[in-house]
Amino acid sequence: MLFELRDVSLTRGERRVLDSIDAEIEPGATAIVGPSGAGKSTLLRLLNRLSDPESGTIAYRGRPLDSYDPLALRREVSLVPQLPALLPGTVESNLAYAAKLAGKQLDTAECLRRAGLAAEFAERDVSRLSVGEQQRAMLARALAQQPGVLLLDEPTSALDSEARDAIEATLRRLRAELDLSLVVVTHDPEQARRLADRAVRLRDGRAVASGTPAEALA
Amino acid sequence: MSTSIHLSLGQVAASLALVALAAAISFWRRTDLERDIVVAAVRSFIQLTAIGYAIKLIFEADTIWLVLALLTVMVVFGAFTARSRAKKVPGAFWPLLIGLTIAAATTLGLVVALGIFDPTPRYLVPVGGMVIGNAMTASAVALNRLGDEVSESRAAIEATLALGATAREAAEPFVRRALRSGTITLVDSTKTTGLIFFPGTMVGMLLAGAEPTDAVRLQLILLYALLGSVAISALVATGLAYRNFFTPAAQLREPTP
Repeated sequence: MLFELRDVSLTRGERRVLDSIDAEIEPGATAIVGPSGAGKSTLLRLLNRLSDPESGTIAYRGRPLDSYDPLALRREVSLVPQLPALLPGTVESNLAYAAKLAGKQLDTAECLRRAGLAAEFAERDVSRLSVGEQQRAMLARALAQQPGVLLLDEPTSALDSEARDAIEATLRRLRAELDLSLVVVTHDPEQARRLADRAVRLRDGRAVASGTPAEALA
Repeated sequence: MSTSIHLSLGQVAASLALVALAAAISFWRRTDLERDIVVAAVRSFIQLTAIGYAIKLIFEADTIWLVLALLTVMVVFGAFTARSRAKKVPGAFWPLLIGLTIAAATTLGLVVALGIFDPTPRYLVPVGGMVIGNAMTASAVALNRLGDEVSESRAAIEATLALGATAREAAEPFVRRALRSGTITLVDSTKTTGLIFFPGTMVGMLLAGAEPTDAVRLQLILLYALLGSVAISALVATGLAYRNFFTPAAQLREPTP
């Protein structure tokens, strides 16, 4: 089991964002599906401890999440945020920073290729990238850390359908090439069906269904 | 040189004409500052009169302990005042207090150790007051900027944390900009000093009848001491305060409402 959530709850101000979530996330590709405001992104942030639940427990590979060093955990379980947030500089400097934090040898061209970017993007300043290119650069940066799990927060929400299909193809190829698990947050049940082996459906902070996409999204 | 001048309360009262002028301008142009101008005039009168008597007492007692007590009060009061301008920084008081303390101790310690001033109340009290006042302003500006930077850049900070960066690494560009904004005002005003404005110490000494060369030298010593104290206080305050934005697990805390 990759992640195991038991009775996980979180309140922000007056609002119960996550309400007694029980869920199991297996190795492979899992989609977390639900309308906006369902708590999907909040749940994703718990998985690499960008925040902690108020109550309940989360285990990663059978061990409590908080028994891992949080910094090491985040290099192993890499979150690609929804809003592209690259550091000022070139694409390559972003990749180099990530690889250095993870203590990994960097193969820039390989990371770019895997994320679907041509090698000449390495020298490109991040301020001159389109949104789709930024999304791919974020993906390449995460890959530079050679993570075991990628957490993707709405990876295609800002893109047109053509760019969306290209990113989805990239993600499918990544899974084929690397020993990598994906947890994908999406509001789009169709995307969940295209990308994931399993799905967890959230509504108003509660996990209302889980299983194969056909079962969970019926 | 020591020609001292004596002023009567009547002369002070006469200068209130200019306060009235300021209030009249505010009223006429509806800047809504009349009340604040009056409060500022009254507060400055009370505060300076009180500190004047306190300094007189300290000079007459001529003991270092009273000096230290006064400087401590200034540091604590300065930290409280600066905190009110750094509302977005959680737990800003201690970083400010420690920053001001280290700035005052280092600056005064150095000017005494280098033989610039004698360790007597006549030097330590006014120099300490200037040092603490400027350090307070600088660290308040720096922490105010830090609070704005962090609250505007939460997504960028979390994206860096998500790569496994430490809180320090994720906050570094914002801490650097905050430190810069806390220090730059004094650096700029030091660059233009004598051209665009005459600093207070020099004006005071000239009015009191000192030789211009003496007035200038003392002013230079103070400007250089202030540069040091401002940099130290802003460095310490920002270097401690950024930590309060993060949990021990390197998570960015939710903003306090």
